[in-house]
Amino acid sequence: MVSFSILSNRTPDRAGAFLQCLNCKKTIFSVDFEQNLRVCPYCGHHHRLSAKQRIDFTFDADSFEEFDTDLRSLDPLQFPEYSEKLAAAVAKTNANDSIFSGRATLDGHGVMIAVAEFSFMGGSMGSVAGEKITRTLERAEKAGEPAIVFSASGGARMQEGLYSLMQMAKTTAAAQRCSKSGVPYISVLTDPTTGGVLASYASIADVILAEPKALIGFAGARVSKQAGVSKVPDDFQTAEFALSHGMIDRIVPRKEMRSTLANLVKLLGAARLSTSA
Amino acid sequence: MAMDHNEWERPLRDLEEGVAKLWELEKKEKDPVKRAKYGDQAREFQAKLEGFQDVLYRNIGPWEQVLIARALKRPYTLDYVQSIFSNFVELQGDRAGFVDNAIVGGPAMFEGRPVMIVGHQKGRNIQDRQFRSFGMAKPEGYRKAIRLFEMAERFRMPVISFVDTPAADPGVESEARGISEAIAAGMYKMFQLTVPTIAVVIGEGGSGGAIGIATSSRVLMLEHAVYSVIPPEGCAAILWRAPERGSDAAKALQLTAHRAKEFGLIDDIVSEPKGGAHRDWPGASEMVRNAIAKHLGELSELTDEELRESRYQKFRAMGAFTSS
Repeated sequence: MVSFSILSNRTPDRAGAFLQCLNCKKTIFSVDFEQNLRVCPYCGHHHRLSAKQRIDFTFDADSFEEFDTDLRSLDPLQFPEYSEKLAAAVAKTNANDSIFSGRATLDGHGVMIAVAEFSFMGGSMGSVAGEKITRTLERAEKAGEPAIVFSASGGARMQEGLYSLMQMAKTTAAAQRCSKSGVPYISVLTDPTTGGVLASYASIADVILAEPKALIGFAGARVSKQAGVSKVPDDFQTAEFALSHGMIDRIVPRKEMRSTLANLVKLLGAARLSTSA
Repeated sequence: MAMDHNEWERPLRDLEEGVAKLWELEKKEKDPVKRAKYGDQAREFQAKLEGFQDVLYRNIGPWEQVLIARALKRPYTLDYVQSIFSNFVELQGDRAGFVDNAIVGGPAMFEGRPVMIVGHQKGRNIQDRQFRSFGMAKPEGYRKAIRLFEMAERFRMPVISFVDTPAADPGVESEARGISEAIAAGMYKMFQLTVPTIAVVIGEGGSGGAIGIATSSRVLMLEHAVYSVIPPEGCAAILWRAPERGSDAAKALQLTAHRAKEFGLIDDIVSEPKGGAHRDWPGASEMVRNAIAKHLGELSELTDEELRESRYQKFRAMGAFTSS
């Protein structure tokens, strides 16, 4: 049976379905789409991934061991509708918050990873996400295994108020410690990485990579507009803009991400590489 | 709902003007009976004024707190620098091609001890506000701050930050020069320091723009200052698509000093003179000076490594989550 659907983060449940590229609107056979790591074979548009897909596409098969699964936000401000939004996000994503953290292997080398789930409240960083990022960097430091963090976030989660702002400090402090200990930390910016996440741990890694055309920016377009910013360059707040302004190291297409990361892990972590089955 | 501090405080100011007029009449009046009457009236209104001020300030909500924190007459960073410190030498430039006037800084003397000052600076009149970019710092502002942090570490000077910004600059140039990296690098550098660091939120603690110079050993807030992850208007725009509902958002965000202290996210609240810092600059300066002296004294007892470690542990513990 042939069906058309707008692409979402969900894997099409029916083999043989056709999908439409969100960018060029061309129809894509879903099997081709999956094989191409959810990159449009016609225009190269990198569609957003769930954390699970990202992990599957990037690290050694079945190597991911998830940690910190029991962490849940406490809604410290009793913010209007937050508990409902959290519950809805948990139901939708089957995750407890916007970050998956754990250990995986990359070409057999152990790495500590944190991967953003953008569909969980826009990947926003509250206390749980901040704690998971921090623990990931701490585990990397302790184990002497490189940290790799994939970001996709609207920024700090306003429903946790000042607690969220402090996660910027906490994660940055952890990154500083990791760096001091000589353990490599690689940050990968995916569509979109903005606000408080970009202005903290995502921007202070040893190496910063980005996916093509990813939205990368400090202030949302609406904020910039409110501040009277009217004329912006065509590529404003894209990975390409960040690269041409010296803010990131490389743009890496999705199909080269795994090999690029593996190579960096080998090069930067040579002194401390641990191997595992 | 008042939309700015002027409007909110108008009844108070009207009463003050009335009292002043009565005293003026009293002064000019020659007839002793009438003169006494004016005097009585003036005292009566003065008492009413004080009662009204008490009520007004006792019933301050989060939104009113925002209005006070933004008040044009509040002392700004350089006002405190002038009244609390001596020998201040402003140092400028990021040494990478740019200057920023929304963050000021340099060495100064605090009670006989050299310290490094870094703070956001707002302007009061139109030209000044533009010159200071409304206290919204660009990347070069944070990079200048980082340079001063490094200098403070080299010369063993405690770092005193004054926080007063609506937000970091969201413009195209700031984006092009890496405002996100600059803020992150500011925090990063502060975590490396082995000298005492104290941040005082004197007005608006606006999100990333604030925390870029405020990951300090001690974070203090003036009684009527606010500290928030997002401006209330921005929060209202996102939540309800209604920026005019800033008052509701301010309530939800709980951005007051008292809440921040209850949450354990700041270390101390600095009381303000009756009616707020803007009504008594010398009084406010004295309170800020005392608070800095107290915390600097405590921090000076710690070793270099204790300073760095305790600062890390303090921020490390911040978060509201459960693992059950």
